[in-house]
Amino acid sequence: MTDSDPDLLLHATGLTKTFGDFTAVDGIDFAVERGESFGFLGPNGAGKSSTMKMVGCVSPATGGRLRVFGLDPATDGPAIRARLGVVPQKDTLDEELTVEENLWIYGRYFGLSRSEVRSRTRELLSFAQLTDRAATRVEPLSGGMKRRLTIARSLISRPEILLLDEPTTGLDPQARHVLWDRLFRLKRSGVTLVLTTHYMDEAEQLCDRLVVMDHGKIVAQGSPRSLIGEYSTREVLELRFDTDDHAQHASAIVGIGERIEVLPDRLLVYAEDGDAAAAEVHRRGVRPMSSLVRRSTLEDVFLHLTGRTLID
Amino acid sequence: MSTPVSTPSRAPRSTPAPWRPVLGSWLTAYRRTWRGSLFGRFLSPLMFLLSIGLGLGSLVDTSAGGVGGVPYLQYVVPGILAAQAMWVAMGESTYPVMGAIRWNAKYHAMLATPVGINDILIGHLLYVALQITGATAIFLAVAALFGSFSSWWAVLALPITVLTGMAFAVPVFAFSAKQETDSGFNILFRFIMTPLFLFSGVFFPVDQLPALLRPVAWLTPLWHGVEANRSLALGSPDLVGVAGNTAYQLVVIAVGLWLARRAFTKRLVV
Repeated sequence: MTDSDPDLLLHATGLTKTFGDFTAVDGIDFAVERGESFGFLGPNGAGKSSTMKMVGCVSPATGGRLRVFGLDPATDGPAIRARLGVVPQKDTLDEELTVEENLWIYGRYFGLSRSEVRSRTRELLSFAQLTDRAATRVEPLSGGMKRRLTIARSLISRPEILLLDEPTTGLDPQARHVLWDRLFRLKRSGVTLVLTTHYMDEAEQLCDRLVVMDHGKIVAQGSPRSLIGEYSTREVLELRFDTDDHAQHASAIVGIGERIEVLPDRLLVYAEDGDAAAAEVHRRGVRPMSSLVRRSTLEDVFLHLTGRTLID
Repeated sequence: MSTPVSTPSRAPRSTPAPWRPVLGSWLTAYRRTWRGSLFGRFLSPLMFLLSIGLGLGSLVDTSAGGVGGVPYLQYVVPGILAAQAMWVAMGESTYPVMGAIRWNAKYHAMLATPVGINDILIGHLLYVALQITGATAIFLAVAALFGSFSSWWAVLALPITVLTGMAFAVPVFAFSAKQETDSGFNILFRFIMTPLFLFSGVFFPVDQLPALLRPVAWLTPLWHGVEANRSLALGSPDLVGVAGNTAYQLVVIAVGLWLARRAFTKRLVV
């Protein structure tokens, strides 16, 4: 891969960001190709947002090398930003203005003509399911609507990469599904998505490939499926006991499955066949308050890699 | 329905002057509030003219024969004109700047596009300059109806007053960008603006001040604005003096721009 490859949209080597003594991003490498949907998965404070801000050319890298569209953010910031769509973690909509005014103003920042901005606004409002709100002020809209408007706004310049920093954090489940559906449509239409999330289901739904970040470093990477295959088992048996300390029950089930994780509120038994593991638990005379077999998720991958859960 | 971005346009768009949409964005927001704001712009000169100009003025004129022979209304109006520009500048460059950084993140939204720090500063400052121009023009018109000016030279007070306002707005942009909370603004209003308003020769000649305080007045852009306005409005202006006052304000604006650019960069590019 070289920087002159027009389909290599993002390329970072040894990318680093420090704030004083604190290292937010600690020498990470990644590459994203055109049409991919790429995710940064990790808990709060893992360095995901700092990475996104460097890619978005609003925060200069402290060290390493970063190329976006083969260009250097340090010297070509405006040219790069002209080709990016940005959905920041916190909405930066103008709440005093109407839905359509927000799109008009934003399109003008990209040097689009008024007529162009207006015709794109119509398309985008329909895409974001906000057509009937076009002339409404933004402030009273629901969180999900504001988020969809932010996404519509980021698309007004027809970006080649859409950067989404925690696109559904803080939304209720229904609003998240509506948003995922919209993002999935964008992905299918060929837009390169780069997103951060601390939600497993989001990463599994939207990302072709992802990196798991922890303490500013990349601890694993691959497709959701390959990560689960590499770092977890096919199924997980969750056992809950009526106790304050689940560790004391761990000894009774030692040897069942491939691996056991002790969490404050449950025991996790990693096994290829969850039902068989549950039967063995029962055969040993262990009586949990509840037991549940489920498929492995990225949460299990993260737990295995870092010993911690993603959302504390 | 189809997705609206199926054909990404590859060529980087050229944005010759990205400060223009920044100005446009502030003007769009102003369209929501212009009625109330315009009302205030008329009300403020009216109140000053009636109370200070005519009310206090008749007292000064009967007891002292005006200020140095000039009727008090004609003496005080050019000063209040300059002071009003300072107040408008303060209003536009304190809370709106802090809000665009900390509350609604308007600047951050702009920075995610090809717009840069310089464009944000230029566009927003031009908007402030337009506000000061509007307020000053209205003040001049209302004051002229009351017979506050004895010469057409007073028209030149318009650009001078806009400069006076900008000599406050630009450095205050830098100040506002540095604030963590709005409590700094109270200090600015109470301990800097109010004393300036009272002691910069708006209401009485600075010669009346204790000798120690006079140089302080000379350092403020307001005093220079008041002097230049008064010199013009009274008919036979000392053009060299006016040029000197203007030059001083231009220097303050230039230094302010440098400080504001630094403060904005430090705040917004991290």
